[in-house]
Amino acid sequence: MAIIETRRLSFGYSHGTPFEITALDDVSFTVEKGETVAVIGHTGSGKSTLMQMLNGLLTPESGAVLLDGKDIRSDKAFTRSVRFRVGLCFQYPEYQLFEETCYKDIAFGPKNMGLGEEEIRRRVTEAAAIVGLPEALLQRSPFELSGGQKRRCAIAGVIAMRPEVLILDEPTAGLDPRGRDDIFGMIRSYQQATEAAVIIVTHSMEDAAMLADRILVMNRGKLAFNGTVSEIFRHAEELEAIGLNIPASTKLIADLRRAGCELSPDVYTAQAAADEIEAYLRRKTV
Amino acid sequence: MIRDITIGQYFPGNSFLHLLDPRAKILITLFYIVTLFLCKNFFSLFLLLAVAILSVLISRISFRVILKGLRMILLIILFTAALQIFYNSKGTVLWKPVPAWKFAVTDQGIFSAVFLSIRIVALILFSSLLTYTTSPTQLTDAIERLLSPLKLLRVNVHALSMMMTIALRFIPTLIEELNIIISAQKSRGADLDSGSLLKRAKALVPIFVPLFVSAFRRAYELAFAMDCRCYNGEKGRTRMKIMKLGPRDYVGFAASAILTAAVVVTSYVPLSSIFIFESVI
Repeated sequence: MAIIETRRLSFGYSHGTPFEITALDDVSFTVEKGETVAVIGHTGSGKSTLMQMLNGLLTPESGAVLLDGKDIRSDKAFTRSVRFRVGLCFQYPEYQLFEETCYKDIAFGPKNMGLGEEEIRRRVTEAAAIVGLPEALLQRSPFELSGGQKRRCAIAGVIAMRPEVLILDEPTAGLDPRGRDDIFGMIRSYQQATEAAVIIVTHSMEDAAMLADRILVMNRGKLAFNGTVSEIFRHAEELEAIGLNIPASTKLIADLRRAGCELSPDVYTAQAAADEIEAYLRRKTV
Repeated sequence: MIRDITIGQYFPGNSFLHLLDPRAKILITLFYIVTLFLCKNFFSLFLLLAVAILSVLISRISFRVILKGLRMILLIILFTAALQIFYNSKGTVLWKPVPAWKFAVTDQGIFSAVFLSIRIVALILFSSLLTYTTSPTQLTDAIERLLSPLKLLRVNVHALSMMMTIALRFIPTLIEELNIIISAQKSRGADLDSGSLLKRAKALVPIFVPLFVSAFRRAYELAFAMDCRCYNGEKGRTRMKIMKLGPRDYVGFAASAILTAAVVVTSYVPLSSIFIFESVI
């Protein structure tokens, strides 16, 4: 059963001023338990608006968001509990740190949930372990940490609420490839530990292909495509028309296939492309 | 909520008001405000209000935007009006709820409450047009030019206006940042709108600490960026756009002078002397 579902969401900003924009237009999709979904689109495509709607920060002008089959706006207590069940981690989350120690900052969410001291301690240690933040750092001020550690600390603050749906807005923005792999690693380990659904906003097709089971492509407030990674990459030309590029390796394989080489089309990383071509060459020479 | 603040915002356009020289606009606005405080009777007050509304029409800025701006100051207007009604005890008593109290509603109290409210509305209407129709850079440039005589008193006018430009430039950025921080902390269950006063004040800590940290970070970055482009104050700096007064600006000055004259005449010259011919007849 779908853990989160949207039904025909629409939303606009700044009505009645010259800056009026339609941010979302009739967006419907579902995300299953344990699934990883990437939301792709470039700046202004409505991704961030959509994410803020999923945990009830923004109210849609029309349409509804359903968590576990129940409208998140159905009653006040439920709307508040949705904040904790759908964990939203904003872009550059390290800019939202504020407490004296990392421990207190990670504990902010669980404390707001009204949990007991013992449970809070358990959750903070668990979240810190998932994001790979050494225990020695927990009593330090978050402002003394390095950039990467700050981000881990901030993500731990969301994970500590143990959300059933974890939403991350560009979690790898401004990180080097290694930092990116680390973040992806911790998302996976959180998912394995809790069976949570993960929604990750990105504009990198490589990232989406690496991590996601399914990709949602947003364009000008509309849901342009919704399908598995291989389904989406078959629409290379349409994607390019809306300004999104498929990974270079996928493109190379597609070009080679057009030239008559018998290669598998489902290749998204450089390593896989290299292996595929090597295997093909071996087949040919034999 | 915070997104709805329109006072101080700039709405690009090419109306008569947009094209006026920013220095002329500042002077005319100041003149209007002085006139507004010179005005003594309803006739001239309505004249001033009419001019404000006419200017809004000329600027072609939508009334919804203007009303939104006014809505923000509704509380201030109501407060001032209430104060006037409560504390002005001159004139005929209309209503005295408790005979033992000094408090009474008088006709003059109501009169001055209405008068003041209209005065504030006209003030906000007209002065907000200045920022609605002038880009922040134009505005600070104009202020720098208008204040340049102060250089003789060794005031660093350039630094002041640069500070203002930077401050204005960062208002929208910081508002955006504030919105993101509020959303992020709400996502972690921060409760900003309920509880006692002390609880609400405490709830602001998770909002303002990150905001200040980020303001300082931006200040450092901007300082480095300015240094990298060899900014060292006014020395040797030339201007790309040189401001020049044109016929349009003289029209503006003339209209403003006529308005002030009309208000002064109707406010300070006794009515009988204006209609002197009637009295003769």
